[in-house]
Amino acid sequence: MMPVLTILTVLPTVAGLVVLVAGRAGVARAIAFISAIASLAISLWVWFAIGADGAMKFVERSSWVPGLGIEYHLGVDGLGALMLVLSSIVTLMSIAASRKVTQQPGLYFALILLLESGLFGTFTALNFFHWFLFWELSPIPAFFLIKLWGGEGRGSAATQFFVYTMVGSVALLLAFLALFVATGSMDFEILARMASSGELASAIQTHLGHVSLWLALAVLLGFAVKVPLMPFHTWLPATYSKAPTPVTMLLTGAMSKMGVYGLLRLALPIFGEELSQIRTPLLILATLTVVAGAWAAVVQKDLKRIFAYSSVNHLGYCLLAIFAVAVPPSGSPALALTQTAALDGVVLQMFNHGLTAAAIFWFLAMLEERSNGQLGIDHFGGLRKPAPVFCGLMGIALFSSLGLPGLNGFVSEFLIFRGVFPLSWLSATVSVLGLLITAAVILTVIQRVFTGPLPERWVGFPDLTTIERVAIVPALVLMAVLGLAPQLVVGTINATVMHLLAGWRL
Amino acid sequence: MLALTIYLSFAGVLVLALLPRSLARSARVVALLFALSGLGVALAGFISAGTSASVMISDLAWVPALGIHYTLAADGISRVLVLLTGIAAVAGILFSWKIGEEEGDRANEFFAFFLALIGGVYGVFLSVDLFLLFVFYEIAIVPKYFLIAIWGSTRREYAAMKLALYSFAGSAMVLIGLLAAYTAAGSHTMNLQELARYPFPVSFQMWAFPLVFVGFAILAGMWPFHTWAPTGHVAAPTAASMLLAGVVMKLGAYGCLRVAMTLFPHGLDPWGFSLLGIGSWRTVFALFAVIGIVYGAAVALVQNDFKFVIGYSSVSHMGLVLLGLLTLSQIGIDGAVLQMFSHGILAGLLFATVGSIVYSRTHTRDLALLSKLQLGKAMPFAAVLFIVAGMASMGLPGFSGFVAEVQVLIGAWSAFPAFTIVAGIGIVLGVAYTWRAMQRAFFSDVPAIAENGQALPVPEYEPITWAEKAGVLLLVGTSLVIGLYPRLLLDVIAPAVEALPHALLTGGR
Repeated sequence: MMPVLTILTVLPTVAGLVVLVAGRAGVARAIAFISAIASLAISLWVWFAIGADGAMKFVERSSWVPGLGIEYHLGVDGLGALMLVLSSIVTLMSIAASRKVTQQPGLYFALILLLESGLFGTFTALNFFHWFLFWELSPIPAFFLIKLWGGEGRGSAATQFFVYTMVGSVALLLAFLALFVATGSMDFEILARMASSGELASAIQTHLGHVSLWLALAVLLGFAVKVPLMPFHTWLPATYSKAPTPVTMLLTGAMSKMGVYGLLRLALPIFGEELSQIRTPLLILATLTVVAGAWAAVVQKDLKRIFAYSSVNHLGYCLLAIFAVAVPPSGSPALALTQTAALDGVVLQMFNHGLTAAAIFWFLAMLEERSNGQLGIDHFGGLRKPAPVFCGLMGIALFSSLGLPGLNGFVSEFLIFRGVFPLSWLSATVSVLGLLITAAVILTVIQRVFTGPLPERWVGFPDLTTIERVAIVPALVLMAVLGLAPQLVVGTINATVMHLLAGWRL
Repeated sequence: MLALTIYLSFAGVLVLALLPRSLARSARVVALLFALSGLGVALAGFISAGTSASVMISDLAWVPALGIHYTLAADGISRVLVLLTGIAAVAGILFSWKIGEEEGDRANEFFAFFLALIGGVYGVFLSVDLFLLFVFYEIAIVPKYFLIAIWGSTRREYAAMKLALYSFAGSAMVLIGLLAAYTAAGSHTMNLQELARYPFPVSFQMWAFPLVFVGFAILAGMWPFHTWAPTGHVAAPTAASMLLAGVVMKLGAYGCLRVAMTLFPHGLDPWGFSLLGIGSWRTVFALFAVIGIVYGAAVALVQNDFKFVIGYSSVSHMGLVLLGLLTLSQIGIDGAVLQMFSHGILAGLLFATVGSIVYSRTHTRDLALLSKLQLGKAMPFAAVLFIVAGMASMGLPGFSGFVAEVQVLIGAWSAFPAFTIVAGIGIVLGVAYTWRAMQRAFFSDVPAIAENGQALPVPEYEPITWAEKAGVLLLVGTSLVIGLYPRLLLDVIAPAVEALPHALLTGGR
């Protein structure tokens, strides 16, 4: 059988090496583009080929470090495959948005492709050993992309990003080394099976003592920084706003999903019981993330920072649902149904937020190109008149983010609220505030940028070119399709979620 | 068949959105055709269903895992309100006929948003699945925002934002209530009729009812949550004011009846204790409704902006609708639904007279300025029209308002005698503010003499266009027909009210 996932992961790296030597900007971008399209084609094929039974497919397994019992173990289920598709789409959008790279274009596109490899590897690896390799690989290109091509203050933003992520990663690494000491395995599936049968807890107990809660916290920290969960978010606004906008698309569209993915793939299966013990404080933090994230967006003046905080808010819903789901089983079918709905919502929200946030930042990139880098909310006004198509299409993306029915964001947020409400009505009720504040934020942006008086200097503001329209429309169409016919993807997601839930011991 | 009203409206949105800009001038024709065919379908559906009970329109599984279905059905109340929406849509387009005559009007966008709003409203009135209802309810919010923020006047950005945030806040409350109901009933269906049969615990209904009721009542302009309405109505372009007052406020009242009261009838029961003489949510909200009736009318009495007069009168009239619903009696609810229809027509007519016919010619809505323009002589058509609309709005027999108000008051008399007397004061105030506005605007005694002592000539204005005449004919005609033969609607409404849950019609004890 063909090692599809390995090929998928290696492909961008190889293309990146070619790009590196290609030199000229146009050639480099073209090669990167072709590679990204090929990756998208492969990941779409994987998504449609996995079927709807929720089990791991495309499994690759071979011995790697036999002395330590470490295997090269890959596989995807609905969750992994959807994330592969998302990563491919976002990378493609990011490359399409990077039109004005003058300085070292070869290196720039090579780093983006390397980042894509890191994402693919993270979403397919099933053994901590090489999963961690990819987890660590992806921030490095991101660091250089920010450091070399970012805006003013990029140096400290890049460093802050790197240090925060690194602290989280070290915590993760220590926890998994401890697990290895206790069990002799780093394989996710083995660890999850041991956790669900209860062997894991006793193994930790005999080898290390009363530390399983600490291990859970360390793992949680690694993911909490990445997503982020407040109060571990402080790196994010600076990073998102200083990074070149196409890189921000990758950071928020795809990389932030690594954290949520980790919670679903590692934290809940292995430390489900521990997480359900500390569920209440976690729910408080998640609710805080939802509400305070939205509120922080209200007071920002810079469009990139506004949507950076809005991303915190949107991923906060995922965290909210994940923590709400961590309740010990009661055996009632209604509980299982509710948990399934919440997690369906989480997986769908990961995809929807990735798509929508990447599209919004793409529009910001186009705005930036036309305004010579200005992105303050007060710098604009009345753009609807000179650039109706730009405003109309960006409006669709904004309304998807607002959660307007008929577009994708509504479905996943509704599923999350439908699932969280029975599990924790208080946090769901408070979090509704987040929806409301987000609506105010989005409408304010529309009001200040699209409507109102048109300042003198934007009278000749160029509208979208035909190429730009053709490029962005597929993403918007996808938003509408997922909004009107969510069952197209929910079926596979649902099967995966049920499969996941069945294996967890909460 | 009635589902076509929704699809036609959204098809119109698509056609208008894709219309090349060179054809912007014909956007109004396209919009009118879609609105007319929507009205045709609504009328045909209304006639063919006769006085029958609920008609199932379509029922498809949408997200089966969650028990969400695409279920549309129409009982008598829905059919009446769908008909109202059709009429308001056509009239709104007729009174916006000037949009598109000039370059830069963005007529196709305007009419696209207009039809999107109409489509959302049709959807709410026809949805039986709560998820679907919520979807359409949210869809209706956004076009309102743009219609005001882009084409509005007086403080339009502020008004648009206020309206949108009030609406979103209301729908957030509704969302919490819906999720709670769905969860409490075992999480397998969102069907309104099935949920209505589920016996929610009384303690649950006691908090869920006010939450959902207020969530919807915000949009119905219930005092003290009404403040979005006057600012929104005033800032909105004429067609949007007509829709806001004419049908969007009805969405709120409809939601109160169809969702809050139907699902949680025991939320209206007495609390078991009394606070300042108030012993149940029913009394609380009836009190709010009565305050709205009197307060809206009193504020309308002192406004100087002609549109604010009409804006506050809408708050007052919607108070009557809410009061009628809370009587929990056949006659009171019949009256409330009829009042929704009647006010929808009359508010449209008043806004059209003030915003479109008068304002577009005089460019002022200030009553003090209008009083110097001798409009009674200069614009006799508008003067007569305002007299007719004002009389109808006061509740003069012969027009639709009378039948509706009488029924509401009869129902209220047995339910809340004290409130009824206060509501009567509000109706008297209604006569007063209409009279005052009519006097100041059209028949002022201010002598038309210029500073040099010579008599001013009667100003000349553009003649009334055919579109305006057609719109007036449609609205006045409808109001007269219903006023003279209310059974046309009442025979359809009454069986639907009778079919409401038994606990609702015998509730409040």
